Amino acid sequence: MSEQATATHTISVLVDNEAGVLARVIGLFSGRGYNIDSLTVAEVDQSAHMSRITIVTSGTPQVIEQIKAQLGRLVPVHRVVDLTVECESVERELALVKVAGKGDARVEALRLSEAFRARVVDATPESFVFEITGNSEKIDAFIELMTPLGLQEASRTGAAALARGPEPM
Amino acid sequence: MEKQINGAQIVLQALRDNGVQHIFGYPGGAVLPIYDELFQQEDIEHILVRHEQGATHAAEGYARSSGKCGVVLVTSGPGATNAVTGLTDALMDSIPMVCITGQVPTHLIGADAFQEADTVGITRACTKHNYLVKDVNDLARVMHEAFYVATTGRPGPVVVDIPKDVQFAMGDYLKPTAVKHKSYQPKVKGDMDAINAAVDLIANAKKPVFYTGGGVINSGPQASQLLREFVKLTGYPITSTLMGLGSYPSADRQWLGMLGMHGTYEANLAMHDCDVMINIGARFDDRITGALDKFSPDSKKIHIDIDPSSINKNVVVDVPIVGDVAHVLEDMLRVYKSRAVTPDKKALDSWWKEIESWRDRKCLAYRKDDKAIKPQYAVERLYELTKGPDTFITTEVGQHQMWAAQYYRFEDPNRWMTSGGLGTMGYGIPAAVGVQVANPKGLVIDIAGEASAMMTMQELSTAVQHRLPIKIFILNNEYMGMVRQWQELLHGGRYSNSYSEALPDFVKLAEAYGATGIRAEKPSELDAAIKKMVKTDGPVIFDCIVTKEENCFPMIPSGAAHNDMLLADDQGLEVEVSDEGKALV
Repeated sequence: MSEQATATHTISVLVDNEAGVLARVIGLFSGRGYNIDSLTVAEVDQSAHMSRITIVTSGTPQVIEQIKAQLGRLVPVHRVVDLTVECESVERELALVKVAGKGDARVEALRLSEAFRARVVDATPESFVFEITGNSEKIDAFIELMTPLGLQEASRTGAAALARGPEPM
Repeated sequence: MEKQINGAQIVLQALRDNGVQHIFGYPGGAVLPIYDELFQQEDIEHILVRHEQGATHAAEGYARSSGKCGVVLVTSGPGATNAVTGLTDALMDSIPMVCITGQVPTHLIGADAFQEADTVGITRACTKHNYLVKDVNDLARVMHEAFYVATTGRPGPVVVDIPKDVQFAMGDYLKPTAVKHKSYQPKVKGDMDAINAAVDLIANAKKPVFYTGGGVINSGPQASQLLREFVKLTGYPITSTLMGLGSYPSADRQWLGMLGMHGTYEANLAMHDCDVMINIGARFDDRITGALDKFSPDSKKIHIDIDPSSINKNVVVDVPIVGDVAHVLEDMLRVYKSRAVTPDKKALDSWWKEIESWRDRKCLAYRKDDKAIKPQYAVERLYELTKGPDTFITTEVGQHQMWAAQYYRFEDPNRWMTSGGLGTMGYGIPAAVGVQVANPKGLVIDIAGEASAMMTMQELSTAVQHRLPIKIFILNNEYMGMVRQWQELLHGGRYSNSYSEALPDFVKLAEAYGATGIRAEKPSELDAAIKKMVKTDGPVIFDCIVTKEENCFPMIPSGAAHNDMLLADDQGLEVEVSDEGKALV
């Protein structure tokens, strides 16, 4: 079992938006030693008080199967779908990236941000805050490119994801 | 609309409507309104324990011996934190329990108020589910949900934390029938394709073994009946985990005894060598499997479990069936019968021959002693002199627990209460209290070790107060025996802190509590002393002085495989345990 390769999976979890539900999910991951690469949560259906938690995690197939089963048995959990294996999905993350610099570096940062379709949401004579949306690899790449151009800091939302096609999960 | 009642009255009404007759608890500031309501009614009997841990284990004993839900009532802060051990124990052993905790008033939550603790935070990891009720109008629904969640699916403990102001507030009561859960809907019926595939494997097995666990008992008496029928019909051998003892009669020839770390030679070798393993309501716990990479290497495995997360957790199986044992066995038996299966008699005969050769090893034999009482002998005599359908055994945790499992024998489910998963020393006395409450006419015996019994000895006072004639049968070797055994086998015989230098005189201790104390020191006086214990009306502490350095065998050392067992006559041999094994517990 330990010889199995680990892989990254995106798991979407629909839960009742009740007090403590996020703590249950996070406690499950920490208590059982699973990884969390990113986690996002917000209410998605106000009338039904439902939230969607999107978790990017990694593990062997056996561990991923366990994670799904463990999530599924939490009382406030309605549905658990592994978007990586059970369907085609789209995944997006938003990041805010602060870059400070002058001269050529500043021009280069702005030029690259256009190539990445990032938007400038704050500007001073010495800095920009870019807003960029895309899959996590794209954001990784953008941040890497900004590093030598005066990257100060970044804030990332973690991945949000949905299954492709007309059906809800 | 019915007239409004206060939160404490809602709690009581919900308990009544969920069929509760007994609760185990301890009062305190944050539950006074509920205790006030308890005082003014007669439907529900409250058993006053001496420590909240005792309440939780008593509720476990009550639940496990009766099939009902155990109910606990404790106060905020220390009341709740003292309950944590029993909640964890119930979670590990899948015992249905509802634990009501008082909480400081809602406006003080988070203020570090007197006797405030973050109960839902603390108990999140040791309950199946928990609730903090901040609005009295949610209280009835939450109470009913708590019972539903605790008792259905894989049973477990549920905490309902109720701030004191909510207990006083007026609100509407809602009947249990009006409550339906949105997301929690456990599955009881097994998938028919999987059941068919399992029957294929079972029908064509040459070296099969049934491996059964606590899930059979949790599923109810019908599951035990169906299991017996199925095992008889196939003629296959059956073994069981510690938690499953009693689901199949130990007197039957097909019964191989308990398996696992201290299981029988024949059971463990049958598990190792089988070609088809039929796991019914067990969870491939590490006490059972030993080294995972050497666990039953050549078998196809069927696994029936109500909890999907138990499937493929430790051992990858070939045919998983998620469902309730009784439901699945009913379908499986029907399919098996409809196919008019005849097991391969020739193969089965040779399999049984092999098993009998292991059985002939007589792995539970031990050297008798005329002068000193061997612990194994004590349990054997206790069994012979107390066996019967109305006898209930609880245990503490350690060597005595394993000897009880090996030498006491069970013919029916719900007669054996022990802390399996968590291994909680101090479980046995309060559990016996709970068993006796549920079975007032039963003979309830806690087979104990002196070290464990000391951990919750105060519950003897509960037994005396409530006239619960429990018998605490202490195998007294003055050591934490299992700790000492591991120190002998793995740590060069350096008995670090495993000897109790200053034990009380248990006979005088019993008398101080208003109970009866009996002591036996020689094999010749044992039988008469046990008979005296059984005849004594009230609670008894039986101080059975046993040989001090007896080891519990057979034993699969940590990190070893089933076919690598230590037997009693190997004693004195150097035990080889790998460094990896030493690191295991």
